[in-house]
Amino acid sequence: MANQEPLLQVRNLKKFFKVGDNTLKAVNDITFDIKRGETLGIVGESGCGKSTAGRTILRLYEPTGGEVIFDGQNITKLNPQEMKAMRRNMQMIFQDPYASLNPRMTVGDIIGEALDIHGLATGKKRKERIQELLSLVSLNPEHMNRFPHEFSGGQRQRIGIARALAVEPKFIVCDEPISALDVSVQAQVVNLLEQLQEKMGLTYMFIAHDLSMVKYISDRVGVMYLGKMVELAESNKLYEKPLHPYTQALLSAIPIPDPEVERKRERIVLEGDVPSPMNPPSGCHFRTRCPKAMPECAEREPVWKEVEPGHFTACHLYS
Amino acid sequence: MERILEVNDLHVSFHTYAGEVKAVRGVNFYVNKGEAVAIVGESGCGKSVTAQSLMKLIPMPPGEIKQGEILFQGENIVNKTNKEMEAIRGKDIGMIFQDPMTSLNPTMTVGNQIVEGLVKHQKMSRSAAHSRAIELLEMVGIPQPDKRVDQYPHQFSGGMRQRAMIAIALACSPKLLIADEPTTALDVTIQAQILELMKELQKKMDTSIILITHDLGVVAEVCDRVIVMYAGKVIETGTVDDIFYNPQHPYTKGLLRSVPRLDLNKDEPLTPIFGTPPDLLRPPVGCGFTARCESAMRVCQEIDPELTEVSKTQQTACWLQHPLAKSRIGS
Amino acid sequence: MQLTKEHFEPISMDLREAEDIKRPSLSFWADAWRRLKMNKVAMASLVFLILLGLCAIFVPLISSHDYYTTELTNKNKPPSAEHWFGTDDLGRDMFVRIWHGARISLEVGFAAGLIDLIIGVIWGGIAGFFGGRIDEYMMRFADILYAVPYLLVVILLLVVLQPGVGTIIIALTITGWIGMARIVRGQVLQLKAQEFVLAARSLGADNGRIIFKHLIPNALGPILVTLSLTVPQAIFTESFLSFLGLGVSAPVASWGTMASEGLSALRYYPWRLMFPAIFISVTMLAFNLLGDGIRDAVDPRLRK
Repeated sequence: MANQEPLLQVRNLKKFFKVGDNTLKAVNDITFDIKRGETLGIVGESGCGKSTAGRTILRLYEPTGGEVIFDGQNITKLNPQEMKAMRRNMQMIFQDPYASLNPRMTVGDIIGEALDIHGLATGKKRKERIQELLSLVSLNPEHMNRFPHEFSGGQRQRIGIARALAVEPKFIVCDEPISALDVSVQAQVVNLLEQLQEKMGLTYMFIAHDLSMVKYISDRVGVMYLGKMVELAESNKLYEKPLHPYTQALLSAIPIPDPEVERKRERIVLEGDVPSPMNPPSGCHFRTRCPKAMPECAEREPVWKEVEPGHFTACHLYS
Repeated sequence: MERILEVNDLHVSFHTYAGEVKAVRGVNFYVNKGEAVAIVGESGCGKSVTAQSLMKLIPMPPGEIKQGEILFQGENIVNKTNKEMEAIRGKDIGMIFQDPMTSLNPTMTVGNQIVEGLVKHQKMSRSAAHSRAIELLEMVGIPQPDKRVDQYPHQFSGGMRQRAMIAIALACSPKLLIADEPTTALDVTIQAQILELMKELQKKMDTSIILITHDLGVVAEVCDRVIVMYAGKVIETGTVDDIFYNPQHPYTKGLLRSVPRLDLNKDEPLTPIFGTPPDLLRPPVGCGFTARCESAMRVCQEIDPELTEVSKTQQTACWLQHPLAKSRIGS
Repeated sequence: MQLTKEHFEPISMDLREAEDIKRPSLSFWADAWRRLKMNKVAMASLVFLILLGLCAIFVPLISSHDYYTTELTNKNKPPSAEHWFGTDDLGRDMFVRIWHGARISLEVGFAAGLIDLIIGVIWGGIAGFFGGRIDEYMMRFADILYAVPYLLVVILLLVVLQPGVGTIIIALTITGWIGMARIVRGQVLQLKAQEFVLAARSLGADNGRIIFKHLIPNALGPILVTLSLTVPQAIFTESFLSFLGLGVSAPVASWGTMASEGLSALRYYPWRLMFPAIFISVTMLAFNLLGDGIRDAVDPRLRK
């Protein structure tokens, strides 16, 4: 490895939204690195801020605070011109294969839009490039004049991938790219993402709520809860030895497709619901549902720290 | 064992602008008393349409039950009028939907939605029904049920709404509960709560459950038997152990190979099923899975295989079960 | 049928085949047009309106009569071979006057519709796209304008300006665009939160591209539906104003003024009211039925 510096460094990133008179702290002070060529998984339940984190990293939302350093460059400081150029490096794949493609445009124009915006190819070259991209995601290049609604969910998701690849990015945020797909099709998309990563040296941030799939695709996994990162570790390690009580509960909640295993399993079932992110509990946000909560959890917020080499968590049990 | 439900040769179609979509094309299955049966398959395989047909909840038109019978406690409900169905819905058959927000009435308190069914089907007085509603909310694990009973659905969180749906569905102690993707819209920690609750209630009330889902993990956790549907047909059925440890149909096998497992290390690559399901506007002549099947044979394109017995508990619709196919592979 | 060994020979499936799309390709608009064509009532209305337009253009050109020549010896004549719709109290040919009126009605309708469309799309588009305070101010301004009594505005305008087609169009559009602006704003607000807009942003698209390539093409359906209802609304309002004497002035014929003149002679010469009244009603009906048809054709909720 020539370049040991992480591709992406996220430092104390914050994104708050004003909702009426309240502030929604969707992402509240998260810090992590993504190494070159790796896949970092981000899991968490709805409302934990994982999608907002992904979008803020790409500056689709303006961060409220903190820094995002891509390849040594602080992108939160770039002006619109520089940012447009930067967008060639970082792309996104979206969750909803139905909402993420403009229904009035042909597939060719959807993929070609990236080429038009950055002036990468025109005329015959543009058509060739679009067809090449379609083949790359194993779609029939002859279908470039068709409209998105004619494709199945999995095919549409592959169109979304081709669009992201059109600008030859280094880094792609995959925002729940498979949650809307059927199981038999999920594996198609995941395998495709892995092949492309190998072929093109891509780096992924893979956001999902399906922990089995995240574990499968990721090298390292971060767990988020109510706008905070609560644990981050190498993926097998996280699953073998989860430290944070929330991670433990989350892993235990996932049903395993094996009746024998399921019959023997003891599960930690968390009480209650996720509190509203508008008004999170004081101290550690998880304490209201935590089976191991202590008095100090209400008083102080736990610190994000490296408990073991490469294994971070924010929990008073480990301080 | 007593059969509470039997579906024979059910065909359901939808008439659309583009033509007739044959959503369900000859489905046979049964549910025993006290049993939890899963119907699994991809979207568009006809599993939800089948479930809605059981309650006659399909919008007609454009929907139409073309042929077949649905025997609920020995009575064919296909020919029942809407009025007769109303007496069954909510009383003998309860239903839980995927999205609790759209299936609860936003202008009625949660309590009144439970009371309605009790007054209608069990001829309870309103005050008796109201206290029963509180009991039911408590049973499904809603905290402070005496306060919650007079609240509206929007005051409930997603998980609590689903619990309220379950309370409504179970109010009249139905003999059969149809749960259409009951946890798909929920977070995993909430899903775990709801699944625990369903298992517990099933034991307590001896209700039969039809669980429609695409999540094989949920099936393994909750169900006794599995029905696998593909392109509007049942292609394999058996006990959970049959389906998970001895799948026969290439589609079932493919489905199991395409989901990663949390408890295993990454080394095993996923094997996706290529392609997409057939267009039911123009259903294929032979087996619907042929175009995506690794073991496809000439006969698969020409004749649709029937369900044949693999063992006492397991059946599959696949030409690979034919002696000639077996002898070819054997040799 | 006897199954033989050959039946059980493996076949290799072309994976491409399994992915191939067999349905014919249809763009959204081609599909909407196909659906509109299947709606017989809407198509009949469309044909009627096209004929109305053609007649309005050509009948006054080729007819041997014109709308202003009076022929006092020949007044209040019932329909005949010479004067198909009879004559009015100054002996003018009603048939030509009706088609001349159709010209004014269609002119007013389409001009008002076009101006509403332009102002409404720009106003609503800007408000919805930028949102926040800009949206707040722009829409409050529209609300205030909407709250001013309409007839008052028209009467005041007629005091200031010359009565005539131009004035009527101004009067119609002074508040007419607000409905369109509201529809467009709602659409844009909803569309700009869609993932495909976010996708365009992440590709580096600027506001202009997002508005013209992504938002407006997707809002075109509801815009068209609104337009198909503002046009007849304008035609009706013109007739109504002319009927009250606030519209075009003599000798120009409009359906409204003709109906107004016909009303006074209703007892003796009923055709003088009947023909303009029938034309107003049938045209309104045709526009509304066509509008309904367009709505059904472009409404994605009815798609399968």
